[in-house]
Parts: sequence; structure tokens; C-alpha cells
Amino acid sequence: MGEAITFWVLAVVSVTAALGMVFSRRAVYSALMLAVVMLSLAVLYAVQDAPFLAVVQVIVYTGAVLMLFLFVLMLVGVDSSDSLVETIKGQRFYAAIAGLGFAALLGLAIGNVALGAPKGLAEVTKAGNVPAVAELIFTRYVFAFEVASALLITAALAAMVLAHRERLRAKPTQKDLSRDRFLTDNPAGLPGPGTYARHNAIDMPALLPDGSVSPLSVSPVIARHESGAVVRPTDPEMVKSYVAAARERDAEEESMSLTREAEAETPGGEKEEK
Amino acid sequence: MSPAEITQYSGGGVIGVSWLMIALPLAGAAILLLGGRRTDRWGHLLGVAMSLASFVVAVLTFVALLGRDPAQRRLDIALFDFIPAGSLDVKMGLLIDPLSISFALLITGVGTLIHIYSIGYMSHDSDRRRFFSYLNLFVAAMLLLVLADNYVGLYIGWEGVGLASYLLIGFWQFKPSAAVAAKKAFIINRVGDVGLAIGIFTLFATFGTVGFKPIFENVGGASAGVMTAVGLLLLLGAVGKSAQLPLQAWLLDAMEGPTPVSALIHAATMVTAGVYLITRSSPIFEAAPTAQLVVTIVGAATLLFGAIIGCAKDDIKKGLAGSTMSQIGYMFLAAGLGGAVGYVAAIAHLLTHGFFKAGLFLGAGSVMHAMNDEVDMRRYGGLRKIMPITFGTFMLGYLAIIGIPPFAGWFTKDSIIEAAVQKHWILGAAAILGAALTAFYMSRMVFMTFFGEKRWEPDTHPHESPANMTGPMILLAIGSVFGGAFLVLGDRFMTFLAPVIGAPGPEYHGFQPLAPPGIITFVLVLAGIGIAWTMYGKRPVPVVAPRGSFATVAARRDLFGDALNEALFMRPGQWLTRVSVWFDNRGVDGLVNGLAATIGGTSGRLRRVQTGFARSYAMFVFVGAVLVTGALLLVGTL
Amino acid sequence: MTTHYLVLSALLFTIGGIGVLVRRNAIVVFMSVELMLNSCNLAFVAFSRMHGNLDGQLMAFFVMVVAAAEVVVGLAIIVTIFRTRRSASVDDANLLKY
Repeated sequence: MGEAITFWVLAVVSVTAALGMVFSRRAVYSALMLAVVMLSLAVLYAVQDAPFLAVVQVIVYTGAVLMLFLFVLMLVGVDSSDSLVETIKGQRFYAAIAGLGFAALLGLAIGNVALGAPKGLAEVTKAGNVPAVAELIFTRYVFAFEVASALLITAALAAMVLAHRERLRAKPTQKDLSRDRFLTDNPAGLPGPGTYARHNAIDMPALLPDGSVSPLSVSPVIARHESGAVVRPTDPEMVKSYVAAARERDAEEESMSLTREAEAETPGGEKEEK
Repeated sequence: MSPAEITQYSGGGVIGVSWLMIALPLAGAAILLLGGRRTDRWGHLLGVAMSLASFVVAVLTFVALLGRDPAQRRLDIALFDFIPAGSLDVKMGLLIDPLSISFALLITGVGTLIHIYSIGYMSHDSDRRRFFSYLNLFVAAMLLLVLADNYVGLYIGWEGVGLASYLLIGFWQFKPSAAVAAKKAFIINRVGDVGLAIGIFTLFATFGTVGFKPIFENVGGASAGVMTAVGLLLLLGAVGKSAQLPLQAWLLDAMEGPTPVSALIHAATMVTAGVYLITRSSPIFEAAPTAQLVVTIVGAATLLFGAIIGCAKDDIKKGLAGSTMSQIGYMFLAAGLGGAVGYVAAIAHLLTHGFFKAGLFLGAGSVMHAMNDEVDMRRYGGLRKIMPITFGTFMLGYLAIIGIPPFAGWFTKDSIIEAAVQKHWILGAAAILGAALTAFYMSRMVFMTFFGEKRWEPDTHPHESPANMTGPMILLAIGSVFGGAFLVLGDRFMTFLAPVIGAPGPEYHGFQPLAPPGIITFVLVLAGIGIAWTMYGKRPVPVVAPRGSFATVAARRDLFGDALNEALFMRPGQWLTRVSVWFDNRGVDGLVNGLAATIGGTSGRLRRVQTGFARSYAMFVFVGAVLVTGALLLVGTL
Repeated sequence: MTTHYLVLSALLFTIGGIGVLVRRNAIVVFMSVELMLNSCNLAFVAFSRMHGNLDGQLMAFFVMVVAAAEVVVGLAIIVTIFRTRRSASVDDANLLKY
């Protein structure tokens, strides 16, 4: 009875977490959902007379593998959320069809088989679960165990080789870095975020923490008349806003000049004819 | 008297070395061709010397032959085993008999004269040495043709003269017309040669040998059908080589070659090879009356055909070429009549024709030489005073060819006409009409060339040709005057040839010049001259040819021989080629290309599956897993 | 009771598979693969109890070992790719194609 309750609760939790893992936009959430699934599975292992595996599951998977995932996520960029627009035509549709079909087939297969009641592991684990597993590992599966250790060492070496970045030039020393810094326009570094505008004129943009101008700080109409003293807009969004403002102004001027020309032309044309 | 038996000759003397006749000019050709430019300076002299040496050997052989008993005059000289291949064992040897020695004398004699003439005629040509090497090659091949004692040897010579003819027609191959003419001659000759080759195959299949002697001795054992087939096939070969209907079209174009070539090959010797073949194969033709009839029909038709063409040509050489076709038609007619009388008439006419036609061609060449290679007779006129020797020799040849007594042509042509009249009145009428036409077109040629006012191109300065050109012309003119009388009077030539073709039957009463056909012919010949005089002698000749009646236009266009060939063979051949090409492109290639395109297209579409997206591949894996699971379930439940 | 575990295992496996198919972030794809491996482990453990021997647990143990090795290498590859292409999307690495 206790096992059934445990199962149903954890089954619901783990399936929900698995779905969440697949469908969450942020990879960090996915990793955390996966952690939930793995912990649930660890409990289910424990319920099924596999305490050693449960512990290994927690330590290796939840502890080591998932942490590795999170490290890599940090490396790649933790806050980059995936665009969920599908690029391959029909991929989602076929994935759904295949997934449902696969689940249905597996269900059919399991339903078709009459499984007897579990025998239980009491017989083989008289000396306790861990000694029994250890005995098997070091007797019948010793060769596989040795091969697995070799595999782990190889994998560790491979990860180091793959992740190693080849240095193409000598590592810059403290002196080099200092010299480079003084060759730039800002030897003391860029001002901190937000407040360090060097002018208070209305036509000077505020600087963002990375040194670029803030497009919002200057009215585009004013910015168009700027002299060379100002930092040229490099940010694409700012350029866009400048261009849009300029277009608007041009259109206005044009319409005004057109009406002026039209006014001037009507009598002028008649004069020329005369 | 039946023909004498061919005996094996193993003695020495000049007959034993008669192979030198062939070997000397062949060596000359080899030296000149292999020696290249080093022999340029003396090449023509070597060519003349070889030809002359060959002539000397021929004369000595002839004398040696005359010294033997008439029944012992057919000698077979074994040379070597040529093709010992199982049942086909061709032993090369020479057959020296009155017929072959007559030809050998003609070939080497006229050949030597034309060699000498060519020294002058070709003196301005930078390739004169090559010309002489080809001429020597021709003489060697032609001698092999007439001297070989088996059909394979004859065939080698036959193809050899074809090659020499091709090389010499196309000697000025920088002229497109000459190159085309050479190809045309070669291709049309191939048609005939295939017939000859199949005829020889049939002979071998029937008799198991290709030697003249065993075949002729066993002709009686073969069926008439086979003999007729062989006769017709040999006739096809003869027709091709001798430019008779229906393979006549090449001869007129062959005049693109230098004039000595036209004189030697396309008038005097090579084109008469067909007559030689028929005469040499007389036992076969005597056993196949149908083939003989076809020969006479071909001859009669061609003699009129050539004469009509000759009437309309303004090109002096083409006019003479038409005349050649016509005269060889006479020879075919006579050879087809068969019997000793016919063959003798044919060969006698062949010999005299060799003299006077070579003389006429050399005269034409002399005129052309003087007129800056102008060949249009409408541009000649009044040349008799300027070129007296050419005029004189040409006139003698002219009188000989139209058959004015007592010139050579009269004797030999009258023999043929008499024999034709006795055979059938239609053949006789054709022969007589041909004689009248000959008189007309030859007179036209003489009047347009030597009489009347001058119609020269402004910058021509005619002059008499040098002695090495006029010399041969004079010698040939002498042959044209006396050759006929020498051969025919007293049946001298008939007696000489009797060992080969037998003696005539009792109904033959010798040459009868005053028989009705001869008189009719003579009257018609005079009429022909008269018509020619009224049309071209009295009236001035226009420089530009008038349009003329339909008959004139047809004759100018070789009586539509080329048009017929084009319509019957060339265009269907082109269509067949196009259809084949179309079928190859669309059918065969279409199938292959279509298959390749199908596979290529399918691959091109299939490769789109390789999108490069790992998730796409994962989808395939997953769907595959679904399918495998489904299949396992299905198998499990079954 | 074993049936329940097996059905749960199948469900988790399918969800993991769909995750592999629809997600483009290579790390999430990897997580989905891990989910699939874990669901297999669950089935192993359930079978182990049903049959009354420890071989299933041992198999699950080895799967964990292999999975750990795989994750290490796979994440290293992802990091390398990210370093050169500034992207962790599996769709961006699609040069090897037709």
C-alpha cells in the first residue's frame, strides 16, 4: 500500500517534471526539472529494493551529471532562452505522431504480457544489498567493471582534450595588459553604469555601462544635428530610431516644399507662356 | 581452232625474267616515294628510265614469244607461293601470252611516251617527282593486272591501278574539285571492285582455285547459272573500272587530274582494264550467253551515252572523256559479241584507241599548256597556224577516231560495226549511229579549237610545245595512222591472238571494207562532219555557251548521270544516315540517357533527405524504432 | 506492480524521445537523452525485482557509468562547438549535407 502511494505520487511528479523539462523555454528550468525526475527515480529505486542504485542515482546523476549540465549552461549563457519557432517543416507534427505511436505500441506490448508477481530480492540480498551488488560486480561482472573504468578514464581524457583551447600566442602578462589599457581612450576604464555623463547638454547622449550611447537619452530630432564631437551611433536600434526620425522630418519638409512649389508654379507657368 | 593450252615455262632467257617488267617501275616508284626531296632533281629521269626499261623488257619478251611456235605461246611463269592458306593456295605467277603481251606493249609503250611528255608538261610543278612516282606505280600495277596468271594477282593490280588513279586524279589536291573528283572515282570504283571480288570468291568456291589455267580448263564442269552469275559479277567490276553504264559518272570528273594522267590512265590503259578482264575471262563468258548479252547491251548503251555527252561539252578534256566512254563502249560491245572476231575487234580497237586517244589527249594537253590551262574550247580558235605540230598530230588522231580510211580507227571500228550488224540489227544501228555522233563531236572539237577566229583570253600567248612534248605526240600519231592497217590487214592480229581466244569459224571472211554497213557508216560520218562544219566551222562560235535545247542541257549535265546517282543513292543514303543518327540519339541514347537521368533525378531528390539537421536524422531513427517495434509486435502476435 | 513501473518507464522514454526531436538547444537535447537512459534504468530495476536477481540492478549501474562518460564527452563537444560557432543550437551545425 505504501509502495503504491509512493509510486502514484512520484509517477505523476516525474511525468509532469519530464514534460516540463521538454517544454520549458529556459534551459536552466529544464535542468532543474530533470533533477526532479532523477530524484523521483532515486526514490522509486529505493522502493524497489535497490538502495545502492538510489544513492548512486542521487550522487552521480543529480550530483555530478546535472551539475555538469548546469556548468555548461553557465558557459554557454544561462539566460539565453530558446526560440520555440520550429524551423524544420513538419518536425513537430511527425514527432508527436511518432511519440504517440511509440507510447501506444509500448503500452500495447506491456499490456499484452502477463507478468507474475515480483519475486522480491530478499533471497539474493541476505547479506544486504550493497555486499550482494559488490559481490556480483567483482565476480561475474569484473571484466565489464574494468572496461567501464577504462571507459571513464578515456572519457575524462577526451573531455579535457576537447575542451582544451589551443593558445596561439603567448599569454599576455600583467605588463602587456597594462600597456594595452593605457593605449585606449579610457585608461581608467569606462564609467560605471548609469550616472557618469560627461556633459549635461541636451544633445549629448548618456553612456551605458559598456560605454555605448543610450538611444533613449537624446531626442532623435536633436541628435540629427549633432557635430562630430558626439560618439557616432553604433547601436543598430539607435541608428534605426535616428533614421526613422530623419525620414519623418524629410517627409514633412518635402510636403511643405511641394505645396510651396505648387503655389509658385501655377502663375509662373502662365507667365512663361505669355 | 580452239585456244592453245597454257604450259608451264621453266626456261631462262628474257621470258624467265619478264617479271622485271613489273619490278622495274615498282622499284622506281618505291625509290621516288621513299627518297623524298633528295630525288627531286633526277626523279623524273628515273621514272622515264624505269618505264623505258620496262618497255624494252616487254619488247624483248614479245620478240622471244614470236620466236616460238604459235601453239607454244601461252606460258605460265611461276614466281612464288603467295597465299598458302589451307585450301586457298594462291601461287603467284605471270601468264605471258599474246593477249597479255599486247597489253604490256601498249602500257609500257604509251606509258613511256607519256612519261617523256610529262617531263615537259609538269616542268613547272614543284611536285613533279611525286607525279612520276605515281605514274611508275601505275605502270607497275597495270602490268601486274594484265600479266598475273590468277584472279588474285589481277585483283591486286586492279586495286593498284585504282589507287594510282585516285592519287593522280587528286594530284592537285589543293583544288577542291580535284579532291572531290578523286574521291568520287575511288568510291564508284569500289562498287565495281566489290562485284569483282565477289566474282572471284564465287570462282574459288566453285573451282577451289583462283588460277586462270585450272578455272578455264574446268569451265565445262560448272553449271550455267554459276557461270552467268560470275560473268555478271566480273562485268560489274569491268563496268566500274571502264566507266561504262551504270558506273560511268566518275570518268568525266576524273579529268581534274593532269592531262598526261587523263591520256595514260583515263583514256589509253586503265579504263580498258574492263575489256581485258572480259577478254581474259572469255571461257567464262562463252559459257554464259546471258552475261555476254548484258555486256553487249552495256557497251551499246554506253557508246551512245558517251557520244551524246561528248557532243555538248565545251571543256576539251571532258569532251574527250565522253569520247573515251563511247569508244570503250565499242570495245565492250565487241567483247560481248564473243567469238574470235569479237574479241579481236575489241582488243584491236583497244590498241588503236590507246594510240589515237592518247595522242588526242596529249594534243589537248599541249593546247592547254599553250593557253594558260584554259580548257574551254569556246576560248580557243584559230590555233592551227600557231601550233602546227599539235594541230597536225591532233588531226591525225581525229581522222583515226572518226574512222576515215585508211587511218587506224577505220579498220578497227569497222570490224566492230560489221560484227555488231551480223549479231543484231539494233546493235549494228547503235554502233553506226555512235560512229556518226563521234564524227560530229570530234569535228566540233577540231573546228572550235584549231579553226575559226581567235577567241582567246586577252593575256594568252599561245606557242608550240617543246620537243619532249611534241615527240610523243608525233609517235602516237604515227600509231594512229598505221596501227589499224598493221593489225587488221591480213588478219595479222587475229592470227597472233588465236592461241588465246581461238580462230574464227568458217563463216568469217576477213576484213571487208566495202560491205554495206561500212559504206553506210562512212556516209553518216561525212554527214556528221558536215553538220559540225555548218554549226561550228562556218558560223562564228559564241564565247559564252548558248542556253541550248533540252537535249543539249541534258548532255552538258552528263545526261543526268550525277543527278540519278544523287537521287538514287546519295539522298537515300543521307536519309538513312539521318534516321540512324536520330534513332541513335533518341532511341539508343534516349534509353540510356533516360535511365541515367531517371537515376540521377531520383538521386537528386533523394539527397534532399540529407538536410544536415541532426534532429531530422533523429526523426528517421525514431520512426524506424516505431516501425521495428510495431513489426516485432506483429510478428509476436502472429 | 511491475507493469506500472514499465508503463512509467515507457512514458518517460517517449517524452525523452520527443524532447530529442523538438528541442534545438543541444544541452536540452542531451538532457532528453539522459531522461531516456534513466527510464531504461527504471525498467531494469523493476525487472530485477520481478525476477528476483541482481543482474538488472547491475545493468542499471553500468548504464549510469556509461551515461556519465557520455555526458562528459558530449558536453565537451558542445562547449567546443559553442566556442567556434557561438551557438548551442543543433540546427546551426548543418554543414554536412547534400
